[in-house]
Amino acid sequence: MRPQAAELYRMLARRHWAEQLFKIAAVATLVIVLATLATLLLDAVMDGAGRLSWQFLTSFPSRKPEEAGILAALVGTTYLMILTAVVAVPVGVGAAIYLEEYAKKGWFSRVVEVNIANLAGVPSIIYGLLGLELFVRAMGLDRSLLAGALTMALLVLPIIIIAGREALRAVPPSIREASYALGASRWQTIRYQVLSLAFPGILTGSILALSRAIGEAAPLITMGALTYIAFLPDGLLAPFTVLPIQIFNWVSRPQKGFFAAAAAGIIVLLVVLLLMNALAVYLRQRYQRRLYL
Amino acid sequence: MLLRARRKRVGERALQLSFFVCGALSLLTTFGIVAVLIFETVEFFAEVSLLEFLTDTQWTPLFAQKHFGILPLLSGTFLTSAIAILVAMPVGLVCAIYLSEFAPEPVRRKTKPVLEVLAGIPTVVYGYFALLFVTPLLQTFIPSLSGFNALAPGVVMGIMIIPLVSSLSEDAMYAVPQSLREAAHALGASRLQVALRVVVPAAFSGIAAAFLLAVSRAIGETMIVAIAAGQQPRLTLNPLVPVETMTAYIVQVSLGDTPTGTLEYRTIFAVGTMLFFSTLILNLFSRSLRERIRERYE
Repeated sequence: MRPQAAELYRMLARRHWAEQLFKIAAVATLVIVLATLATLLLDAVMDGAGRLSWQFLTSFPSRKPEEAGILAALVGTTYLMILTAVVAVPVGVGAAIYLEEYAKKGWFSRVVEVNIANLAGVPSIIYGLLGLELFVRAMGLDRSLLAGALTMALLVLPIIIIAGREALRAVPPSIREASYALGASRWQTIRYQVLSLAFPGILTGSILALSRAIGEAAPLITMGALTYIAFLPDGLLAPFTVLPIQIFNWVSRPQKGFFAAAAAGIIVLLVVLLLMNALAVYLRQRYQRRLYL
Repeated sequence: MLLRARRKRVGERALQLSFFVCGALSLLTTFGIVAVLIFETVEFFAEVSLLEFLTDTQWTPLFAQKHFGILPLLSGTFLTSAIAILVAMPVGLVCAIYLSEFAPEPVRRKTKPVLEVLAGIPTVVYGYFALLFVTPLLQTFIPSLSGFNALAPGVVMGIMIIPLVSSLSEDAMYAVPQSLREAAHALGASRLQVALRVVVPAAFSGIAAAFLLAVSRAIGETMIVAIAAGQQPRLTLNPLVPVETMTAYIVQVSLGDTPTGTLEYRTIFAVGTMLFFSTLILNLFSRSLRERIRERYE
């Protein structure tokens, strides 16, 4: 039996309403998600704003919640990130150059590629176990800044390699061909043409990879980084702590007073993250050169 | 002249070799992880039987009366991850369907980076949020909810994973050829019908890949559960009481002063091995599904 006209209209109307309903539900879902994000940030900012002061930034942790400060963690994070970058960026870029510019498409580069993708998916805490056994125990570095930086370097390496490869791949092959045609060797081509064009991309990718590492507490806790430090690290082999560990330490204390310190610590951490991301955006725009091809 | 050319060639070779070493280092990392985990785990099983590890219902390596049954840690991990997935999958999918099939281009372009912010927030911040905001909030509705529980960290973990689910699923839907949509429209299907009955099934492998990766991420997530789920290994599926996950246990031991070389110390590697291989299997499956969809449509 063929549907009557009225029935057809009803069907179309129902379809129309179903679609409108879905759209409303979807937009509502998105709004709720974004509102949660806003709540999360506002919650921490409101809890911690009263606690944030110059004294907070320049004091060591303390048993008294109102005197506790974040200096050791802030300095520790800064040192750790610089050290991590010094280790991870050259190695990561080197690996990216090998995979993009030298490696022949064979089983080896395929294995390396799959391996890097898998490493990027390994839970960060597993890197802590590796660091604990390899750097802290086997190499005898103890729970030092250097051991922490090496652990973090292994953690961010896959991300830097992936970002570096993308930046290198974005350089058009014609640039390389032109350079070869002028008699440049492979390394000269990479050094003067490819890298100078891929530089902004590599830089941005590296900063973003480090900004991922800056919020990581799990691998460093597992590796044995201390949670209570009342001095500044004075060398590569000195013990250290970092912002997320300090925040974790304060959150897990029973006294309510430390929660405010944790919230203030979160504000500091988020500001550092924001600055790093802003720097990445700025550098990308500053150094991005137009290619006229 | 000839000498210079030769020196240049040697330099080129040396550079190529050093780049190769950088690339090989990533293989060494994997090798190192597997070696460390296996080595300590073998030592662990020299003292604890595999049967006890897999069937004992208590996990008390730090007490005088030691039990080494991983089931309580597995149940804690399962519980928090399942809650996270229950939050992240539907929300992430609805966001993906909307952004890929309905949203106007400017909305899509502006929403994506904001969603990515969720994935970039440090996990200690989520832990703080779960313990001091979500738990008290939930307690007003569920008075029996204890201060540490699986529910709040699970939900918060789900929120953290939403961008992962949404962006991977959206990529999969985006890869569905336009011709399929046009064919369905030509047969009289509405946009919602096209989205739900053509695009979603066609992108199914990609969505399944997102699901697997989300599970893997939830299992490996550490700080949220270490802060807000409590540290009491308990064989239960009740989301209202404190539990302990595999990751939280590793953190708990690491915070204490467990001497290296002891059985307690080795437990974290045994647990780590479990964690590593379960996430590895999920990641590999997810990757092969994503490759399948790429082969089919590109």
